[in-house]
Amino acid sequence: MSDVPTDLRYTETHEWLREEDDGSLLLGVTAHAVELLGDLVYVELPEPESELSEGEACAVVESTKAASDIYSPVDGVVEAVNEALSDSPELVNQDPYGEGWLVRIRPATAELPDSLLDAEQYTNHIESAG
Amino acid sequence: MERKTVLYAEHEAAGARMVPFAGWLMPLSYGSELAEHRAVREDAGMFDVSHMGIADIEGEGAGDFLRRLLANDVARLVVSGQAQYGVMLNAEGGILDDLIVYYLAPGRYRVVINAARREADLNWMRRRGGAAVRIVEREDLALIAVQGPRARERSVAELPEVIKGGALDLKPFTAAARGDWLVARTGYTGEDGWEVMLPADRASSLWRDLVTAGVRPCGLAARDSLRLEAGLNLYGQDMDEATHPYESNLGWTVALKPRNRDFIGRDALERVESAGSRRRLVGLILRTRGMIRHGQAVRTADGEGVVTSGGFSPSLERSIALARIPAGEAGEATVEIRGRAVAAAIIKPPFVRRGKLLVTLDNQA
Repeated sequence: MSDVPTDLRYTETHEWLREEDDGSLLLGVTAHAVELLGDLVYVELPEPESELSEGEACAVVESTKAASDIYSPVDGVVEAVNEALSDSPELVNQDPYGEGWLVRIRPATAELPDSLLDAEQYTNHIESAG
Repeated sequence: MERKTVLYAEHEAAGARMVPFAGWLMPLSYGSELAEHRAVREDAGMFDVSHMGIADIEGEGAGDFLRRLLANDVARLVVSGQAQYGVMLNAEGGILDDLIVYYLAPGRYRVVINAARREADLNWMRRRGGAAVRIVEREDLALIAVQGPRARERSVAELPEVIKGGALDLKPFTAAARGDWLVARTGYTGEDGWEVMLPADRASSLWRDLVTAGVRPCGLAARDSLRLEAGLNLYGQDMDEATHPYESNLGWTVALKPRNRDFIGRDALERVESAGSRRRLVGLILRTRGMIRHGQAVRTADGEGVVTSGGFSPSLERSIALARIPAGEAGEATVEIRGRAVAAAIIKPPFVRRGKLLVTLDNQA
């Protein structure tokens, strides 16, 4: 069973969100998603300052086999992206909840969408999906 | 329901991610396909390829039958153990499959065919074989490919006595057969190594011995990136019934001489040869970051084409591809990647062979 930290929120499309002390949100992909994807070889990230809409693709992670869209779980603005991934996309495989983060988002509202899952709900989601 | 090879339990025990492939449940990777790729380029890796079709073609008519059936000429195989790569064509010159033929003895040949084409190939062959030819599928055999610069030295001690003796002396594209064991110096990775056919009930113990000898199990993902770097076509992607050998980089496997050998597809190929091929299969190296994928559109000064195989090259650390484009001299292309036109150099495959990078962005063909 993949690691699902309890302090994060999740989407059904396997993104995670971490609420930072400064009010920004870190976005990444879950360990479960990374296991399914295999070794990542390319990550395409949005431009800083670009606007994000809830449910819209904002990044692409590509493994040796396939490209997968990463969807923004919230409305907001890109505050920063993880530049280290351009040379080392394998950081996402090695540390999906840490060094492998993708985008730092300045959310439009402080309230997170109700549709986000907590760790238990996400664990149920990936278990029911087999 | 997918079939399982005799090595299925070994893959499961090693934690492989199993995926459906050509009707079989096969290992995609055992953890890191990039590490598996590197093991084959730098040391030794092995693949369970027991899903591939193996058939013996025997009888006094076997040689003549294969000379009619295949675009390459098995009459070129004169010493027992010689192997030959080639294609089987339909009457229009379209590629039905690519295969390796092993010449075992007068009137005895063995062919290895793609898993996805096994039934179609065997039906095609059986409809054309006469009373003087026996076609016997060898589902009793397993097939393990041991590949990499150290593959032979690491694995030789694990072979049974009967076949070990001459194994290290085998020249590329030759094989030694003893009973139901066959060791061939062939492969699909661009590296040195062996493909070992053996009785299915011996496969697990050889597999385990090879692991102990330092040969790393590798899955389909690494097999695909290795063969792409080596410029080797994948049937169903880079070639199929709608393509002929001259537009598939396989003109070298077509034996038009002697002129009186009437093989299936010959007339169609002679017409293509005299008129000139309208398309060519080339290699692409992406000039910037990004990932080329199967099916993406390719634009060149000679017109539009399509990516047949694309992906990441761990050796070149950038994206490479095979693409079919209009015939011509173009050396530059753009690939339509997710709505962007990205520049790529056109090169003549292979990209990598025997651990060496054969292309750079400056020496395109």
